Amino acid sequence: MKSSHEPGQMLVVDDNRVNRLLLTRALEQNGHVVSTAEHGRIAMEMLRSTPFDVILLDIDMPEMNGFEVLEALLKDDELRDLPVIMTSASDELDRVVKCIEMGAEDYLVKPLNPVLLRARVNASLEKKRLRDQQRKLFRTFATPEVAEQLLREGFSLGGKYVTASVMFADIRAFTSLSENQEPAVTIEMLNDYFALMFDPITRNHGTVNQMEGDGIMAIFGAPAYYENHREQAVRAALEMLELLQGFNEQRAVQGRGRIEIGIGIATGRVIAGYTGTQHRATYTCVGDTVNLAARIEDHTKAAGRPILIDRNTREGLSDSIQVESLGELLFKGKQHPTHIFSVRA
Amino acid sequence: MSNIDQATFDELKQISGADFINELIDTFLDDAPKLVFQIRAALDAQDADSFRRAAHSLKSNAATFGAARLAELAKEMELLGKENRLGDTGTKLTLLDEAVMSASEELKGLKS
Repeated sequence: MKSSHEPGQMLVVDDNRVNRLLLTRALEQNGHVVSTAEHGRIAMEMLRSTPFDVILLDIDMPEMNGFEVLEALLKDDELRDLPVIMTSASDELDRVVKCIEMGAEDYLVKPLNPVLLRARVNASLEKKRLRDQQRKLFRTFATPEVAEQLLREGFSLGGKYVTASVMFADIRAFTSLSENQEPAVTIEMLNDYFALMFDPITRNHGTVNQMEGDGIMAIFGAPAYYENHREQAVRAALEMLELLQGFNEQRAVQGRGRIEIGIGIATGRVIAGYTGTQHRATYTCVGDTVNLAARIEDHTKAAGRPILIDRNTREGLSDSIQVESLGELLFKGKQHPTHIFSVRA
Repeated sequence: MSNIDQATFDELKQISGADFINELIDTFLDDAPKLVFQIRAALDAQDADSFRRAAHSLKSNAATFGAARLAELAKEMELLGKENRLGDTGTKLTLLDEAVMSASEELKGLKS
């Protein structure tokens, strides 16, 4: 891990030239790289185009003052966590308190004390680095949607009812495929396959919450809700098939066999949330809809179609997606028949 | 009587580095008369907010260099602006002018 004494990218925002010069110089003396802005509006433009580690922010400025900058930062998902150190005169501490309530990390009183400046900037840099690391960890071990929710709302076990689209995708005849090749080759193929399938799901705002054996389970519409989660799920499925075709062409060149997959999607009420313990938890969902999606996926083999969906999913699709009714089916364990549709690739 | 507090000035030198203090003093010498001008213009225009903002900047710069008397006067002006009492400015502007001049003179002498 980086130490707190490594240089950071600083942004000094102050309408006063003496203050800007002095802060710049003092921070440069400590090895940091410094940019300056004369007021909040310029600062926001710079913040949106260049990555910074810490902002040193004056309160009283023309065009856009310190309060307005804090407000704008809070509304920006990318900038919300950026540490802000308020720089203020000693007689405006009441305003500093308000800034800290608005999310500022710390404050410095002008005229600057060099020891305090170094200590507070280093503390903020350290916080920034921990947050970056946390973000990176979240994004590695959780999907982007889950990571964002965790960063925004924190972690707590427990679920809630949501309407979501659940997708199951499996490699057909995986067992016979894996029996004919070395275990290492099978694992490599699976890793390539998962890496490939992750992308269309994530791109369409789905959350992959299970990878077991050769199967993938993904949720659309939770934890982040999108009105069109049905269409997002189906679009993801179509993109997965398209990518798989390229994957198979590549395998053919290498003299390897084709992979065929089946995808089942069902939409309905599920209980979604974090299950597990405080030490190990995963975002998942349970309920009849999940079982139905698994059954529908299983049925793709018998139906000889790659993508099957239920009626509820079908009803949320735009005209650009073509479907074919396969009639009603009574799935094992279900009391009522389900109307199944095949999505045309 | 000294216009500049030596301890504050030394600390400033420490934080900016000795080689940089001259540039910082030059910036003060350049900006202080402009700020006084802005205060005067704001008074003429009865623009309390510009008045307050310019006084605030001058106060901040004066405090940075340890020019205590100037900082005190500028702070009084800032308060007048804040409370929308520009009519009470009276002779304060003349005093402020003089304080800027004597602080500037002394800072010139402190350049290394």
